[in-house]
Amino acid sequence: MKHIQPVNRKAKRLAEWVAGSRDEVRALQDTDTPFGCTTVFAPGWEVDSGGGTHGLCQPIERDLYDCYHSCYWPAQVPDGLTNWPSWAESCGAPMNDWKNIDLVFP
Amino acid sequence: MKLRTRSHRRMPTRDGVFVYLPDSASIMRLDAEAVTVLDRFECREGLEAAEYLAETGRGRDAAAEVLEELCDVGAIRPVEEVRPPSSSLPPMPFPLATLVLNVSSRCNLSCTYCYEYGEDKLPGQGEGKRPASMSPETALRSIDFLFESARGRRDVSVTFFGGETLLNREAIEAAVDHAEGLARATEKRVHFALTTNATLLDDDIIAFLIDHRFGVNISIDGDRASHDRHRSFKSGRGSYDTVVPKIRRLLAAARGRTRPIGARVTLTRPLPNLRDLYAHLTHDIGFDEVGFAPVTSAPNRDHALLGDDYDDLLAQYSALADDYVAAALEGHRHGFSNLGDLLRELHEGVNKAHPCGAGLGLVGVATDGELGLCHRFVESEAHPIGDIENGIDEDRRREFLEKGHVNRKIECATCFARPVCAGGCYHEAEVRYGDASHPNLHYCDWIRAWTDLGLRAYARITDANPSFFQRFERTSS
Ligand code: SF4
Ligand code: SF4
Repeated sequence: MKHIQPVNRKAKRLAEWVAGSRDEVRALQDTDTPFGCTTVFAPGWEVDSGGGTHGLCQPIERDLYDCYHSCYWPAQVPDGLTNWPSWAESCGAPMNDWKNIDLVFP
Repeated sequence: MKLRTRSHRRMPTRDGVFVYLPDSASIMRLDAEAVTVLDRFECREGLEAAEYLAETGRGRDAAAEVLEELCDVGAIRPVEEVRPPSSSLPPMPFPLATLVLNVSSRCNLSCTYCYEYGEDKLPGQGEGKRPASMSPETALRSIDFLFESARGRRDVSVTFFGGETLLNREAIEAAVDHAEGLARATEKRVHFALTTNATLLDDDIIAFLIDHRFGVNISIDGDRASHDRHRSFKSGRGSYDTVVPKIRRLLAAARGRTRPIGARVTLTRPLPNLRDLYAHLTHDIGFDEVGFAPVTSAPNRDHALLGDDYDDLLAQYSALADDYVAAALEGHRHGFSNLGDLLRELHEGVNKAHPCGAGLGLVGVATDGELGLCHRFVESEAHPIGDIENGIDEDRRREFLEKGHVNRKIECATCFARPVCAGGCYHEAEVRYGDASHPNLHYCDWIRAWTDLGLRAYARITDANPSFFQRFERTSS
């Protein structure tokens, strides 16, 4: 903030929170085109009406990639669209290479 | 969307303005542009953001930036923004932190203004139905109760109260010994505190208080004349000459070895000169801190403070606050503890849901082991909340705390003093309105003026010596 400076301890916490929540909003706003599972029918994390996952994303690791490749939404996986485009490069065949996928530290 | 300024308090400083925002209890420094925008939105019906931005013409982008910042920190908000009056409690049962043991309801003095079952007693108090002293067994069971009720809490405190506490050394010594044993066994830290009239201090008890690092508060009303006016033995003889040499011995022995030792002064009419009184207690006698409390009594008593006394009191507090600020600007601590406590809360940004810990982290124990919301509710029929054998009656506790939540006190909703006052003392409200959860509306003007005094002192100190309050951060952690 340019015009307001926090003074007491509570104000400092509030200012940190403001700064954090702004960045979050910007990350979503900076993409002009909507992408991802909200614009197409791509069931990912859900189960089917019978409670199973069998008829949904096949193979099961598609859950991972659906959010990673096409979505800007900060899900439980890094977003490949804006921030970590090379996150899954070391994982050519998920069935074999899944161990190469690492954590990211925003 | 229509926006308007939320209630706040301004404190002018050398460059710019500090504002206190009671919604969050934060204190922010605003530059001149931010103050201009804040002023523009200070209207009851609110102002359209777009309309305001259009007004600013070419400065539009800059104005939008300032406005956004003020909205972010909550200084300006939409008119129709509804803030649900949540009166949610922390997860219950809330772990106890402090137990106040009423070890003795007897006293060896008979101060004329004493509230120990004086005029502001509650129904049930002082009817002689309970033992005058707490037995050592009850004291031990109380300590067990505290440690059980504290659950995962690392630090617990035991405060001894009376009557005159030192009339029952047996219970105090038993409780301390037991609490220290339990603390070792459960890896907790236990802290002790006590209030006394100092008449019974001797070398033995002084050594005991120091060994166990007691926080000691001594009731003393000033120099001989002010003190002896009300604080006398049953014979009518004043107690000043008895207590002062004993206090000096305690202070000399304790220097650097215990927590600061405080004087607690009860203020009566006619008000003495508080600056002189402060100088006497700190400089001549050697106290580290001095705290003042106006007497609680029926207004028709000679010693009761009346309306204009409260104006005088505020003016005198203001003079002491000036001394505090002057000391702080040179990096020294000053012992005016009413102000020190307020500044600590303002610096932290305390935003109270309840006026005090009574019934939440703190309960009082009567001589027979019955629990009260705090030391001033023990033995009363108002809000019984259990006893040490069966523990706290959680339904009653919850019901009381929900009613006492500041968001239930409609009058307090727009008050800038809310974060520190939260409606004020339950006991005072019980006596005055017959309802502990009623806000203490009879002293709002005074509380607001006092809070304002604290805010201005805080601004003056922070503006010129920003690192001063770091010492509070160390001691509060
Ligand atoms: S009791 Fe009075 S001073 Fe205290 S918060 Fe409520 S309105 Fe403000
Ligand atoms: S502020 Fe009042 S209710 Fe709270 S602990 Fe003190 S005397 Fe009890």
